[in-house]
Amino acid sequence: MKPSRFDPVVLTLGFAFLYIPIIILVIYSFNASRLVTVWGGFSLQWYSAMWSNQGLMDAAWVTARVGVISATIGTILGTLAALALVRYARFPGKMAFSGMIYAPLVMPEVITGLSLLLLFVAIGIDRGFWTVTIAHTTFTMCYVAIVVQSRLLTFDRSLEEAALDLGSPPVRTFFKITLPLIFPAVAAGWMLAFTLSLDDLVIASFTTGPGATTLPIKIYSQVRLGVTPEINAICTILIGLVTIGVIATSFTSKRTELRRIRDEHVAQRGAA
Amino acid sequence: MAKSLGPVKRKFAPWTEPGAVPFIRFENITKRYGDFTAVSNLNLDIYEREFFSLLGPSGCGKTTLMRMLAGFEEPTEGRILLQGKDISGVPPYRRPTNMMFQSYALFPHMTVEKNVAFGLEQDNLPKGEIQTRVEEMLRLVKLEEFAKRKPGQLSGGQRQRVALARSLAKRPKVLLLDEPLGALDRKLREETQFELMDIQHTLGLTFLIVTHDQEEAMTVSDRIAVMDKGVIVQVATPAEIYEAPNCRYVADFIGDINIMEGTVVSASAGRGEAGTVGIDCDGLPVAVEQQQCTAAAGDKVAFAIRPEKVRISLDQPVDTSVNAAYGEVWDIGYLGDFSVFLVKLPDDRIIRAAQANVSRLVDRPITFGDMVWLRWPHDAGLVLAR
Repeated sequence: MKPSRFDPVVLTLGFAFLYIPIIILVIYSFNASRLVTVWGGFSLQWYSAMWSNQGLMDAAWVTARVGVISATIGTILGTLAALALVRYARFPGKMAFSGMIYAPLVMPEVITGLSLLLLFVAIGIDRGFWTVTIAHTTFTMCYVAIVVQSRLLTFDRSLEEAALDLGSPPVRTFFKITLPLIFPAVAAGWMLAFTLSLDDLVIASFTTGPGATTLPIKIYSQVRLGVTPEINAICTILIGLVTIGVIATSFTSKRTELRRIRDEHVAQRGAA
Repeated sequence: MAKSLGPVKRKFAPWTEPGAVPFIRFENITKRYGDFTAVSNLNLDIYEREFFSLLGPSGCGKTTLMRMLAGFEEPTEGRILLQGKDISGVPPYRRPTNMMFQSYALFPHMTVEKNVAFGLEQDNLPKGEIQTRVEEMLRLVKLEEFAKRKPGQLSGGQRQRVALARSLAKRPKVLLLDEPLGALDRKLREETQFELMDIQHTLGLTFLIVTHDQEEAMTVSDRIAVMDKGVIVQVATPAEIYEAPNCRYVADFIGDINIMEGTVVSASAGRGEAGTVGIDCDGLPVAVEQQQCTAAAGDKVAFAIRPEKVRISLDQPVDTSVNAAYGEVWDIGYLGDFSVFLVKLPDDRIIRAAQANVSRLVDRPITFGDMVWLRWPHDAGLVLAR
């Protein structure tokens, strides 16, 4: 199709719609003025203010720890769930189990958060760091399960059979053959789980307690008192982190693809 | 058994020795998946150093049988003995069998070298010994210079060799080959078949191969078991399977054959000694010299004859009363080494006759539409009761 002069306009408008709010946020994080909407010259003062804002830094540290722990546990549990769903063709309640693993995906977060809160209250756990971590583990593990499951569906089981056949017991086979081969999916699942945990506000606010304020909760509560350029600064850093993550992921997958193509060329030359 | 076969003159034929102890014994093996019976009450003995084929169409249970020997499936009933010991319940990683998979199942994240060493590493052998064995194996399959490559960087034929080297590295008592050459092109497949036979001979191992390719089975095997719907129909040497199939199924499955239904008219001199069985195939009288034919007059049987045993000529034979037919050349298949003539009898039945093209003639004397005579000697055909 011939490119129309209309196309670049549509493209620009679309991207503008997506990115202008973010760009404005980033620009104002370098604002010298205290007023968020008035440009007062370039300054990095809010970044240094952010570093010395103990509350914000504590929240960031809590978020990071919750993210790493819940993503790790969620990845282990999610991978195990995916293995059970894909591998054991028939077990009682498989249908129910495979349906239930997807439930948190479509369940409104408010309901997930509320039901977890009710559970923690019922069994009498003090709410705080660990309740948030447990809550995040429950809702991130289903995302991991889905990512890993789709990889396992295309996994050639004869590879595992070959390892067994060559004398490797099942557990060793899992760690030497299965895990290395599904590792990209497991890692992607972990990244997804970590990101989800990082930006969750609803479930965290239901299940958190004193001394375990996560960054989204902190930002949200501060914004209610008025937006300060400090918030812009920390958001800019978050955007930066996510961008680096996305670029790194696409870069590695691109490299894998390139290596595959190169391997094929080598194979063809070898065959000739 | 056809008389023309004569006594079996083979150096290696332990199955004919009365005292021979089988290396592998399948005893009343049945395997069911729900309502489906994959293998049904099967008995089979395989001897040490034998190259044994399981041959049959897909779904006949041959792969299931092999997987039960490897330990990936457990028989529903019966037991498998390896060197006299029951191996039921022994997991695959403790069985002295190794398998070459149809998909090769090479570990894509390991180099060729690592793939071959994998099985040896499981046995905790010293590093130096592993290295020596790996080099030895790669030399055997002529892949020394590819040791550092990953499977993704190899061609199909090279991958197949790596798979073979890996499955041989542990010196298994039995090597199982699941359709090992299916993915290779014809030339390479033929080459590899001979190499496999060579390797089997050199290493003195027992090979069990599963295949649906009858040519492959005929080429490599000491004996073949032809399977159908979970049972073994016939176990015999390639020559016996080809020349003396025991039923219509085997006759039809292996090679090309003319099968005509008929009725036994005279079986006077049968039973235990050489005699002639007279059969009337819907008006075509045939006589078959066959030992131990138990068919009696009036029995419905099939007369079968391989196309290359039917002689075709334009001249009328001296005796046309039996084992002769007259018809029109309906079609000719020119295969280079052979020409196959499809001759249509007056009653529309078609008999195939193959003729070796021994002389370099482009125009053959017999061509489409010619009226020809077909004839065959008494010992060329077979009587199939089943």
